[in-house]
Amino acid sequence: MNLLIRKFYYGDIPEEKGGGSYYQTEQDTTTWPLWEVFIRSKQGLDHKHVGSLHAADAQMAIENARDVYTRRMEGVSIWVVESKHITASNPEEAGELYEPAADKVYRHPTFYQLPDEVNYM
Amino acid sequence: MPVQDFEQLFQQKIDAEVKIEPKDWMPDAYRKTNIRQISQHAHSEIVGMLPEGNWITRAPSLKRKAILLAKVQDEAGHGLYLYSAAETLGMSRDEMINDLHSGKAKYSSIFNYPTLTWADIGAIGWLVDGAAIMNQVMLCRTSYGPYARAMVRICKEESFHQRQGFESLLVLSKGTPEQKAMCQDAINRWWWPALMMFGPKDSESTNSDQSMKWKIKRKSNDELRQNFVDMIAEQVKVLGMTLPDPALKWNEERKHYDFGEINWEEFWNVVKGNGPCNKQRLEARRKAHENGRWVREAAMAHAAKLAERRKQEAA
Repeated sequence: MNLLIRKFYYGDIPEEKGGGSYYQTEQDTTTWPLWEVFIRSKQGLDHKHVGSLHAADAQMAIENARDVYTRRMEGVSIWVVESKHITASNPEEAGELYEPAADKVYRHPTFYQLPDEVNYM
Repeated sequence: MPVQDFEQLFQQKIDAEVKIEPKDWMPDAYRKTNIRQISQHAHSEIVGMLPEGNWITRAPSLKRKAILLAKVQDEAGHGLYLYSAAETLGMSRDEMINDLHSGKAKYSSIFNYPTLTWADIGAIGWLVDGAAIMNQVMLCRTSYGPYARAMVRICKEESFHQRQGFESLLVLSKGTPEQKAMCQDAINRWWWPALMMFGPKDSESTNSDQSMKWKIKRKSNDELRQNFVDMIAEQVKVLGMTLPDPALKWNEERKHYDFGEINWEEFWNVVKGNGPCNKQRLEARRKAHENGRWVREAAMAHAAKLAERRKQEAA
């Protein structure tokens, strides 16, 4: 591919002060899929999402996750799942999903007023 | 809802310090600015490995070599955190890498300066990582969630980079006359490029206002630069070295250090690709990418073969 390169300056560098150059690029025929990484920081705690990375397969994803996300003993266990398998809720449906819980204060223990004499409850 | 209403709601969230997450509605320009800034930041981490890589085999002791290796490995990690944060905004990793290699995307100009002596590695840790940290600490509170989370992780790791650099210079500053001279020379060469890392003056900076309003940035270039000068002007005394700026002087009235004018002509020249190492850095990146292509493709072929074999075994 022969591309005309318009230069865009990033950060706070104004873009109009640009030039141009040609560079021959060749695309990879395949790309490694994206994986989401979850790490258990110590025994007894949940796995927590820490980020994502690219890898050819699950085994490589775990090995890469070890290098990228646990260089300072941040984990004792790693889960990886290909990002395409994750279904996320839609932020636009937040109302329908979460508002029904908002008016049910009786689900919390503090809703109930008990006499002071009642202990351990 | 008309777009203006979405924009208003968006700004309200920003003003209320609610983080923006990947699937939330956001103005196009907010998405673009973040992609640009995060990917530039990622490229800087990746290209930033090159000047330091020069000294891994030349480090003066096994201890310093192990430290430098760990630091360079961190930079790779930081690049990866940031690439994946940028990917959540809808730009693919391949596109980003391509933009870097074609010269369309920029990385921090500081990495276009050469590392001539061992003391440069110390000066990079202290001054270059020090300047980067000023920026990064601010970015831990940036409004885009994945970017802020990546920055928190990076800041935790980056503090080791600055400390090891200062410590390494401290050793040189107490060494032989040659070592002291090498230390001062490295400081002299890296000081001004480090100040340039904060970007053009606020009065010349076109993207700043909107970025501040969207809380992508929270401090201006000049503000961060002043904080940096104030910090380094004190630390340099501990080294018993000086900064190469005759105008550097404490201003009692402002409660800040005054400092001399940056050579903006040099700044723009390096940005435009005419720095001492621009060509070399990009060529190293392209070569690594092109030489690695068969490995990436072989790994995919291997993964496909294994998956196929497993399927047959299960059948």
